[in-house]
Amino acid sequence: MKKLLLATASLALTAGGAFADEVKLGISLGFTGPLESMSPAMAQGAELAMKEVSDSGKFMSGSTVVGVRGDSTCVDSAAAAATVEKLITADGVKGIVGGMCSGETTASLQNVAMPKGVVMISPSATSPALSTLEDNGLFFRTSPSDARQGEVMTDEIMEHGIKSVALTYTNNDYGKGLADSFAAAFEAKGGKVTINAAHDDGKPDYSAEVAALASAGGEALVIAGYVDQGGSGILRGALDTGAFSTFVFPDGMVGGKLEADFGKEINGSFGQMPSSEGEGKDKFLAAAKAAGFDGTGVYSGEAYDAAALIMLAMAAANSTDPAVYKAKVMDVANAPGEKILPGELGKALELIAEGKDIDYQGASSVELIGAGESAGTFREIEIKNDKIETVKYR
Amino acid sequence: MDILNAFVAILNYIIVPATAYGAQLALGALGVTLIYGILRFSNFAHGDTMAFGTGLTILVTWAMQSAGLSFGPLPTALLALPIGIALTAALVLATDKVVYSYYRKVRAAPIYITMVSVGVMFVMNGLTRVLIGVDEIKFADGARFLISAPDFKAMTGLTEPLAIRATTAITVITAALVVWALFWFLARTRTGKSMRAYADNEDLALLSGIDPNRVVAVTWVIAAALATIAGTLYGLDKSFKAFNYFQLLLPIFAAAIVGGLGNPLGAIAGGFVIAFSEVSVTYAWKKVAMYLIPGYEPEGLLQLLSTEYKFAVSFAILIIVLLFKPTGLFKGKSV
Repeated sequence: MKKLLLATASLALTAGGAFADEVKLGISLGFTGPLESMSPAMAQGAELAMKEVSDSGKFMSGSTVVGVRGDSTCVDSAAAAATVEKLITADGVKGIVGGMCSGETTASLQNVAMPKGVVMISPSATSPALSTLEDNGLFFRTSPSDARQGEVMTDEIMEHGIKSVALTYTNNDYGKGLADSFAAAFEAKGGKVTINAAHDDGKPDYSAEVAALASAGGEALVIAGYVDQGGSGILRGALDTGAFSTFVFPDGMVGGKLEADFGKEINGSFGQMPSSEGEGKDKFLAAAKAAGFDGTGVYSGEAYDAAALIMLAMAAANSTDPAVYKAKVMDVANAPGEKILPGELGKALELIAEGKDIDYQGASSVELIGAGESAGTFREIEIKNDKIETVKYR
Repeated sequence: MDILNAFVAILNYIIVPATAYGAQLALGALGVTLIYGILRFSNFAHGDTMAFGTGLTILVTWAMQSAGLSFGPLPTALLALPIGIALTAALVLATDKVVYSYYRKVRAAPIYITMVSVGVMFVMNGLTRVLIGVDEIKFADGARFLISAPDFKAMTGLTEPLAIRATTAITVITAALVVWALFWFLARTRTGKSMRAYADNEDLALLSGIDPNRVVAVTWVIAAALATIAGTLYGLDKSFKAFNYFQLLLPIFAAAIVGGLGNPLGAIAGGFVIAFSEVSVTYAWKKVAMYLIPGYEPEGLLQLLSTEYKFAVSFAILIIVLLFKPTGLFKGKSV
C-alpha cells in the first residue's frame, strides 16, 4: 500500500512537472576534472540564456526555464552517463546543454540520452567522430568539428601557395583526428602530405622525429600538437637543424608561449584557432559582464547558444517534448529568417509566436551544418614582427 | 656535390643530434652504473636526482644572472654547476643517511633497496616540483650556435643545411672531460682504487682496512655530480621540465644495461648505442638515397620503422643483448 502510494505520488509529480510553468534544462559539464576551470563560465553562459528567456515572459505562454547543473567530469564516461541519467530521470530535464569533452559526450549520448530520447547540445565537444555518430537527430553542437579545422587549414595553406607539407601530430585523439582530417582535406584539394608522423608528448628527445620529417621534406611543417608539450620540442628541433622555415599551427599550438619562446624565429608562419568575433560576441560579452561573469571564457558563448537553441526550438515546435522539438533546432539556427543576437531572445520568441522564421546567430555566429554541428568561425593568425597577429576570420 | 649533400644530411639529422643525446644518456648511465657497481642496487631515483640537481643549478643561475655575472659566450649555468653539485650532493648524502644506511646495515637484498629507491624517487619528484614547479624552463644563455643552418648554406653553397648548437658542443666536450676525470679518479687515486676494491669484493676490501662509509659517501657524491652535470647539460640542450627527467630514466637504464651494469665503459658505449639506434633506425633515408643515386626517386620514405616505435628500438636492442650477452656488451654484472 505504501509502495503504491509512493508510486502514485511520484507519478503525479512527474506528470505535474510536464504541465507546470517551469521547464528544466540540464547542464552537464566537467565541473570537476581537467577542464574544471572552464566549466563555471560555460554554465553561467547557459544560465544567462535561460534567465533571459524566463524574464521575457514570452516563452510557452509565460513558462520559466531553470538550469540543473550536473558534473560530467570530462574524463570519466561512466560518471558522465550517471549524471545525465540523474538529470533526465530524477530532475526531469527536457534538454541538455553538454557534455563537455568528446569521449564523455559520446558515452552519455549513446547510453542515456538516446534511449531516453532527450536532446543534447554540446558547446565544446570537437571530435570528428561525433559527426558520423548515429544520434536519432538528438545531438547537436555549437562548436566546430576538428574536421572543419582541417578544411580551414587546407584553404589557408593553399592561399599561401604551398603545395606540399610534412605533418606531425601529438599521439592522442585530438592530434590524430585533426591530422587525419587535415590530410584528407589537403590531398582532396591536390596538395601532398609528404609524411604523417606521430610524436609523443613529454619525451626526452625529438631528434628522430625531426630527422624523419626533414628527410620527407615539404614546403612547410604542420604541427598538430600542444605548445606546452611535444609540439615545442619538434618546433625547436626543426628550427635548429634548419629543416623547415615555414610552419603551420593549429589551435593547440597557438598561445602566448609560442610567441614568447619562438617569436622572432617563426616570422611568416601562420595558423588558426576556433574563435568568433563581431556584434554577436560583443553583445554576449556585455550581457555576461552585466550578469557578473567573464564571457571571454572559452566556450562560454557556445554554451549560451546551446541553451538558446534548445529553448527557441521548443518555442518553434510549441512543445517541450524532445521528440517534437528536435526537428526544429536546425530551422531556428539557420537562414532564412531574421537574425537573432544575444540579448534578443525575447524578440525571437515574439517572431516565432507571430509565425515568422528566425536565424539564430548568437554569440558564436551559429550556423549548423551537416549532422547538426557549427560551421565555426576560425581566427587566422600569422606571426609578423615576432608577434601573433590576427589576419582575418574565416 | 650530391655526395657532400648526402653526407651533410646524415651529419645534421643523425650524427650531430645523436651524439649530443648519446653523451647525455652516457653521463646519466654512468651514474646509474656506478651506484649499481659499488652500492649494488638499481637506483631508480637517478632521473629525479638529475631533475633536482638541475633545478638547483637553475636557481643559482638565476641568482648569478640577476647579480650581473655571466660566462661570456658560454651559458651561465656552467658557472652555477659547482654550487648545484654541492647542494645536490648534500641532499643525496642526507638521503643516504636517513634512508639507505639502514638497509645497508641490515644487509637487505638488492631488490629491497631498489624498491626503496622508487620511494626516494617519488619524494625527489615532489621536492623538485616544490622547488621549481612543473613548467618548462629555458635557462640557456650565451651563444646559441657554433654553425647555424643559413650560415652553413651560404658558406658552402650546399642545399642541405648543417647546424651545430653551442650547447651540443658543450655537452659533448663536458661529457668527454667528465668521463676522463672519472676514469682517472677510479684508476689512479687511492680513493678510486678503494672504491673499485669495494665493488669487486666487499668483504676482502673491509678486511684490508678500507672504510666502507667513506667509499659509500664518495660514491654518492660522484653520482650526484654526474646526475647534476647530465641533467644540466640536457636542460641546456633541450629545456628543463621536471617530467622529462622522469621519462629519461628509461633510456638511461637501457643504456646502462646494454653496456653492462656496473661497467663505466659500458655505460658510455650503451648511451651512444641507444641514441644512435633511436635516431637512425627511424630515419627516413629517402633524401640521402636521392642524393647518392642520381635519377632515383623512391615511392616511399625508405624508413625502416616509423618514429612512434623509437622506444621499441631501444628495448629490442636491450632484449637482444640480454638474450645473447646477459652481462651486457662490456662484461658487467648480470642483472
